[in-house]
Amino acid sequence: MSLSRLSNRDARWKEYRSPSRFELFTWLVKGQMTESQTTPFEFKSRLILTELLGRRAATLSELTDGIREVPLSSIYHHTHRFLQQHHFLSPEPPNDFAYWATNMLNDEIAGERLASIDVTQFVKLSDLRKRFLQLLENYQAERSEAAAGKGKNFGSEARCPEGEEFHFMGSHIFVIPTGKVAWNVADFVDILKSISIHSIYFHMFEAKLRLEKGDNDFSIWLRSAGRTEEASEISGLDPYTFTLEGLREKLLEIMTDASS
Amino acid sequence: MPQVRDYTDIVGKAVIEELFMIGEKSRSMSIQHINSTAVGGGVAEILTRLVPMMNELGVRTRWDVIKGGERFFSITKKMHNALHGVVENFGDDEWEHFLEVDRENAHSMTFDNSVVFVHDPQPIGLVEERSHYSNKWVWRCHIDFSEPRQNVWFFLKDFIEEFDGAIFSAPAFSRPLSTKQFLISPSIDPLSNKNRDLDEAYIGEVFDRFNIDRSRPVITQISRFDYLKDPVGVIKAYKLVKRYIDCQLVLAGGGATDDPEGEKVLSEVRAAADGDKDIFVLLLPPSSDLEINALQRGSTVVLQKSLREGFGLTVAEALWKGKPVIASAVGGIPLQIKHKYNGILTHTIEGTAYWMKQLINEPDYANELGKNGREHIRQNFLITRHLRDYLLLSLSLFHDKDIVYL
Repeated sequence: MSLSRLSNRDARWKEYRSPSRFELFTWLVKGQMTESQTTPFEFKSRLILTELLGRRAATLSELTDGIREVPLSSIYHHTHRFLQQHHFLSPEPPNDFAYWATNMLNDEIAGERLASIDVTQFVKLSDLRKRFLQLLENYQAERSEAAAGKGKNFGSEARCPEGEEFHFMGSHIFVIPTGKVAWNVADFVDILKSISIHSIYFHMFEAKLRLEKGDNDFSIWLRSAGRTEEASEISGLDPYTFTLEGLREKLLEIMTDASS
Repeated sequence: MPQVRDYTDIVGKAVIEELFMIGEKSRSMSIQHINSTAVGGGVAEILTRLVPMMNELGVRTRWDVIKGGERFFSITKKMHNALHGVVENFGDDEWEHFLEVDRENAHSMTFDNSVVFVHDPQPIGLVEERSHYSNKWVWRCHIDFSEPRQNVWFFLKDFIEEFDGAIFSAPAFSRPLSTKQFLISPSIDPLSNKNRDLDEAYIGEVFDRFNIDRSRPVITQISRFDYLKDPVGVIKAYKLVKRYIDCQLVLAGGGATDDPEGEKVLSEVRAAADGDKDIFVLLLPPSSDLEINALQRGSTVVLQKSLREGFGLTVAEALWKGKPVIASAVGGIPLQIKHKYNGILTHTIEGTAYWMKQLINEPDYANELGKNGREHIRQNFLITRHLRDYLLLSLSLFHDKDIVYL
């Protein structure tokens, strides 16, 4: 396999294979790869299969119980579904819990509070689940106290209209190769310009929280390649406030600014 | 018949490459689909396309159809209605006959494929055979399952829980079950005769053939003649509009071999039309896909005023043609239409009539709805997405974890 072919960004996924020792030696000698950059970055993407959990909620208490008991993959699904399906519409998508509380329960305060949870701050789904539970339990306690203060019995909770229940779902993810491999930072930037937004989504969101790597894949790789400044800047982004195309532009801007 | 790569211009190269990659990862599997009719209805239609495409991707796939007499299909029709919430009583002899027919079918069939997809309740009893095989079985439910009658639900539940997974078309159909449940929406084929682009001249010719006047607004509902599609309700809505707008109504559809009720509904529809020359009740033979395509494309507004609906593929078909669609907010229709964004959702005859008038009188708004509708279908409801989901589901049955590296 020739060097030009290995760096061909249009190579199909099945043409990718791990480099041989001889090829690695050749790149090192020719300066294609620095010593600190020991592994190429393979852009991946992912496909989703939605699982129905057969569990529904009609009140805030039932929603709370569900959040407490469903698998963590369901917490991920409901905090990222809107971002995945309507990535081109909204730079600041609400999570499903917030959307349902606002629109189906007509509880705008609960909805606003649920929407305010800063998902970027979490690296573990179990901690994210705890935060939702804490918020909901506090809110319900506040409402009970307020009702008691007015001498009311906080017995009957608001229910959503029939047919508008919250349905808990989860997802199976299938991680797939895209065939695009960056052998150095220049390659990385070139590929980033054209790779599908689903790949960007996978490396920025799914890798950090669903795979619980603690950081996004781009920052992890750039750090290993000695590009700590760009790595930190990307880690510091709040990717939830961008559309996926907007996020691509921001990543390219960070990479371009650092090289200029 | 189109090949998988023929869809590239419609869905993009990346989607097609993903399909071939998944196909390659699935080659060690074989798949069997089983349903109760080879023609007529959405299930047969989608299998006609999906089965050859799965084979083309390298996954050996076959399709078997169970046989049953008139009594069997009368019972399954009652089950279908009861699953949609209609009160139906069943005698023990009916349950026994149902199971007897499934068992007779089972004895003449083999199930030696890696994954067996059993579609809808009619063949569900075949799952009794699974103990003789070490493969995976999935029940694919195409019906609105949101409020099933308890008698049918309890009968079916025992069978459903024998499967490795159950697939539903909308989240609301999911119920507490001991087996895994998945959401897979059905789809349409943009290259089939029912959905492919047509010459304007051909559309005109079809309208001329049925004596429909294209210089006046045409409102169309395409569906088989079934109480749950509420064709009489459509005529009532049309009559409310007709007071103000000189429009025409087309009610067109075919019959299916597993639907013995069609004749009765058709005669009630003709009675409700009451000789109105601007109402066209067209019972079309199964080979009428091009005519249906032309009727949808040439219509001013398309309706789907169902009382219950599994998914409502005719909605996706009309949206794909860029038509303004008014449909009931039942079953899978709200997944396809976001109200006032890419179509209109209604709940009543009066509401349907109100929006028919609005869309006929505001063609710019109607066109905008149609444009958004087509894009929504392209992203989410074409056959390529359906094909991908079936393959991913089959793969998932052989992986314990919810993250799979292909």
